[in-house]
Amino acid sequence: MIRIQHEDFDPGAEIARLAADGAGAGGLCLFVGLVRDMAAGQPIAAMTLEHYPAMAERELARIEAEARSRWPLRAVAVIHRYGRLEPGDRIVLVATAADHRGHAFDACRFLIDWLKTRAPFWKKEETPAGEHWVAARTDDDETAAAWDKTRE
Amino acid sequence: MKVLYFAFLRDRTGTGEETVNPPPEVRTVGELVAWLSTRSQGHARAFAEMAAVRAAVNQEYARMDRVLGPDDEVAFFPPVTGGSGR
Repeated sequence: MIRIQHEDFDPGAEIARLAADGAGAGGLCLFVGLVRDMAAGQPIAAMTLEHYPAMAERELARIEAEARSRWPLRAVAVIHRYGRLEPGDRIVLVATAADHRGHAFDACRFLIDWLKTRAPFWKKEETPAGEHWVAARTDDDETAAAWDKTRE
Repeated sequence: MKVLYFAFLRDRTGTGEETVNPPPEVRTVGELVAWLSTRSQGHARAFAEMAAVRAAVNQEYARMDRVLGPDDEVAFFPPVTGGSGR
């Protein structure tokens, strides 16, 4: 299940939905990403997430399919927000339901690592020094690439 | 051909979307970049640092040597920064 939306989401409701969609699973794993209050030593007043809607839908669906091909998952949920968000606001949710916790944990971690390097979203931060686009981090690419090495 | 720009490329070109009719010698994404760069100073600045530019054709990541068709949707954007945390 993929959703891209401006509105906030309710993690409790998403857990309930995942448990229903993945009925019979032995466990759920959920990660919720939040807007940080500091970046590079500067306080952040807000950030705006821009995205490429048609491609974001396709990439998130592709990432979900990839996770399902690697682990036996009963259900997957990925929600990504866009628009202007403030520190503490929820940005992203990834959640998995599986028969065994190891699969749920691994797939959840894989989903957030891959999403960060493939899904077409871009952050612009507002700080006292002005607005700027956030540069991609090469260690995120390395984290995602490490999953390729686990493929064998 | 529809061309989309996101993040700093949209800021620099001054547009999020434009329809262009490149000449027939523009066959690949890389050749389209070179041709678009001549459209305005803003376009030239958007494409000044190609290490910071990614491309997609019809909503899929594409390399600079990807061959284009007249009805393709081509998007240019920086490396993505979605998700959260480190």
